[in-house]
This record gives sequence, structure tokens and C-alpha cells, in this order.
Amino acid sequence: MDKMIVVEKITKHYEQVKALSNISFTINKGELFGLVGPDGAGKSTLFRILATLLLPDKGKAWINGVDVVKHYKKIRSSIGYMPGRFSLYQDLSVEENLNFYASVFGTTLEENYALIEDIYRYLLPFKERKAGKLSGGMKQKLALCCALIHAPSILFLDEPTTGVDPTSRQEFWETLSKLKEKGMTILVSTPYMDEAVLCDRIALMQEGQLMKVDTPQQIIDQFDKALWKVSAKNMYGLLKDMRLSPLVEQCYTFGQYLHFTFVQEELDALVAYLKQKGHQEIEIAPTAVTIEDCYLQLTDV
Amino acid sequence: METVIEVQGLTKSFGSFKAVDHLNFKVAKGEIFGFLGANGAGKTTAMRMLCGLSKPTSGSARVAGYDVQLNPEKVKQNIGYMSQRFSLYDDLKVEENIRLFAGIYGIPRPLIKTQTEALLEKLHFTEERNTMVRALPLGWKQKLAFSVAVFHQPKVVFLDEPTGGVDPVTRRQFWELIYEAAAQGITVFVTTHYMDEAEYCDRLSMMVDGRIEALDSPQQLKEKMGVASMDEVFRLLARKAKRTE
Repeated sequence: MDKMIVVEKITKHYEQVKALSNISFTINKGELFGLVGPDGAGKSTLFRILATLLLPDKGKAWINGVDVVKHYKKIRSSIGYMPGRFSLYQDLSVEENLNFYASVFGTTLEENYALIEDIYRYLLPFKERKAGKLSGGMKQKLALCCALIHAPSILFLDEPTTGVDPTSRQEFWETLSKLKEKGMTILVSTPYMDEAVLCDRIALMQEGQLMKVDTPQQIIDQFDKALWKVSAKNMYGLLKDMRLSPLVEQCYTFGQYLHFTFVQEELDALVAYLKQKGHQEIEIAPTAVTIEDCYLQLTDV
Repeated sequence: METVIEVQGLTKSFGSFKAVDHLNFKVAKGEIFGFLGANGAGKTTAMRMLCGLSKPTSGSARVAGYDVQLNPEKVKQNIGYMSQRFSLYDDLKVEENIRLFAGIYGIPRPLIKTQTEALLEKLHFTEERNTMVRALPLGWKQKLAFSVAVFHQPKVVFLDEPTGGVDPVTRRQFWELIYEAAAQGITVFVTTHYMDEAEYCDRLSMMVDGRIEALDSPQQLKEKMGVASMDEVFRLLARKAKRTE
């Protein structure tokens, strides 16, 4: 398998803060690779280093065999980058932004139209609208088109779907899947677990370190405890009482239910305890592990 | 049950465009009410009217006991508000923000200092009191902003997508703050795009093209539509929308 991106012992400090600590991993050609982690984990810093916008303090990285520090200019024309915040020209129209970016890379909108066609058709009705007046979902589509305008072989997408409505998020990931089919290598960061699951492999990051790098399924399979779900009429009261019980190891909210793990599996004793606390309509059962549970276990909520 | 928000035929038009079209609903004290809908459905426009920031074209709304059209200033004094776009002043320290908003929300002077200390301790921010808010990670900012929004124990707190882009752990901590506020009798009116968060609400409404297309508890909505998750409820209802942006 071709190694498209190689990261070797990258470290970066911002004064006292260690933003990245000895990060090493590789991404293969044509892979859809996800970076998952909370704010402050170092995801954006890593993107900026790989996009040649920031120098690492220690370590090296190569993109398609090219060193990100020594040959940064060469890399810039072969990657597409979508940073965390909308960064196109708000006072230029959709069409003007696209033409501008095309010209910066020495190409035209027409030349690589096939690559962005699927996405651009959503924007066509708004092509004369100022970019600043677009909705969140439309801004993301435009930013992605601009990142693709010069037909890069690698895409860096830093939280591209944050703050965008669910329908647009789904459309965006369908687009990524089509780009992957065309051979694009994609590194994307996301705070959404349902998106993490769509990646070929993911890296769980926290406080500048990689905690796990694997396929979503492998990470789920490595969850080493039995996971349970529970609900009752008063969910908030239930959460507090569950956390007070010595039988319960970890307990957190999970939509309609609470998920929890036992210190030692004593189902009857727990139900008796909850009834004694006055809980009604108690529902308790084992439940399937998701990536989000793995993430929460690793970060010990 | 005390009604804290009462909306009747609430409409907002911009020329011939009906952004909000005859909304009718009530929200009870201490309820966690989810206000869902795709972007462009009219949620923000509706919320602005409920906060006394925009005049209805027709219809009425009473919030925290006051009519939004006749007494918008009284409405503002009795509510809290937090959104992703604006929550706190980036160029002030944590403690300074708390003190500023305490003053704005009318907390009596002698109480400000003690309540500020209590809040800092509760959020485990005592060490961060002199940190500039811009230096805080997003999740911490959101938790602080929420706490500041309910600092004066308002009757209702309006939250406009408060957890956008925040990681799973912080989101949960944030929702625990919401649960706690509701348990203290503060009504929480929240918009969110996270469907798992929709599950935490007592009741939800779904806006489509300016109208409310569904209004019920998450459980009832799923049962009525014969689906297992709020994600599917949202998708089925949002599909009907003619209005995109």
C-alpha cells in the first residue's frame, strides 16, 4: 500500500503549552482518515503543520515522499486545505471566489470542473451571491470546491461540518465518499462520532497525543468491558444516583439512555438500589458499543 | 403547571415572505423544550421574537409573564440568552465576564462577589479566573457562558445551538448543567442540530418552512412516526421542506 502521508515524532509547543507530543502515524493512498478529539487536542495544529503553514519543533513529515519543511512550495500545489473557520472572501460572490482560487493555482474553473461538478450544482443557483451571505451548509460546499479547484491528490479538512445542519452534513460525507472513489486521499477532523465511523481508519487524539489509531470496527472490538444502558422517569436524578453507587464504574448520558459499566456485574443489587431511591419505569439492559462509547471510555468522562 | 412561554398565531413576515407562520405552543416551568428545524426553517427569527428583540407581524407571545410586543424590556430582564455566535467577551478575563454580566442582569451588588466565587468553584475555574476568555477552549467557554446566562436565576434561558462543534465529553457536561438548571425550575428553550441531544428534551417542536410540523415528547414522536431514533424523525420531517437556503 502506498504511504501518502508519513508523520514521524512531530512535536510542537506554543510557549508553555505542548500542543503536539511525539506524534507518529501514516496515511495510505486513497484512505479516508479521521482525526477525532476534543478542543485543544492538537488537531488544527497538526493540520497546519501538514499543510506547510506551521513549522514543527521536532520531528518530520512527508507528503507523497516530499518533506513538508524542506519542499513546502511543492506540497502547496498538490494539497487542498479547508481550515476550521470559513476563510474565503465574504465580499466576493461564489463565482468570483472560485475564479480567484483557480487563478492563484494557475488553472481555471473549467479545467477541473468534473471534479467539483457534483458539489457545485448545489451552488449554481447562488453563484452570484456574496459568499458572506450563504448559509453554513453552502459555505462548506463552496470552501470544498475552492480546495478542489486545482485537482489536488490530498485533501485536508479541518472540522468541515461543524455547525452545519444534519442534512448538509450527510450530503458532505456522501461527497467525500465519491471523492475517495476517484482516488483522493482525505484527512478529516470531526467532533461528530457518527462521522468518525464513516472513515477507513481513525486516530483518537487528546492533549497532543494519539491514544489509538485503527479502523472504527477494531476500536469497538477492543472495548474490554460489558456495556449497559439504563433509563427511568427522572433521567437527571438517575444520573446522579447511578454515579453515587459503588456498583457503577462509569456512567454518562447517551441520548435516551444512560450508558454505564459495572465495577462488578450485580444487576439485581443495582435495580434494588434504584428502586429504593424511588426511581420509576426503570429499563435496564446490555447495549452495543459504539465509537462514542470507546471515545468516552478513553477520556474517562 | 405554570406556563412560562405562551405563543399564539405568532407570525413574522418580511414583505410577502412568511419567515414564521402562525406558531402555537406553550412551555411549562422547568421544562427542557427543544426547538428543532433545518437552517432556514425560521427558528432564529422565532427566537428573536420570544427574546423581545424583534416585533411580531401578527399573533402574540408571552414570555416570563410579559407580552413580547408590549413589554420587551421586561422580557429581557427575566430571561437569559446564549448562542454560539455571541456568549462572552473574548478580551476580558473569566472573572471580569462574570462580574460584568452579573451587573447587567441586575444581581444586587453585595451578592455579586460571593456568587462569583461560588460559580468559579462550581465550574472548577478558580485557577482560571484571570485567564482571558479567548484563551479558553470552546467547550469551557460554552459552559461558562451558560452559567453566566443563568446566573440571575431567570425564568427562561434561550440557548441557540450552544454545543455546536464541541466534543462529546464537554457536550455531556454542558447538558448536565442544563439538567441542573431545569431541576431548579429554570425553563430551558434550546435549539440543537445534535439529535442525541434532542432526546434529553422533555418535549420538542420541529419547524419546517416557518411552521411547526411536530410537537411532542421524543418518545411519542418516534412512536407516532414508527422510527427508532430522533435522527430518523428529523430526516422524515425535514424532507418535506420546500424551503432551503
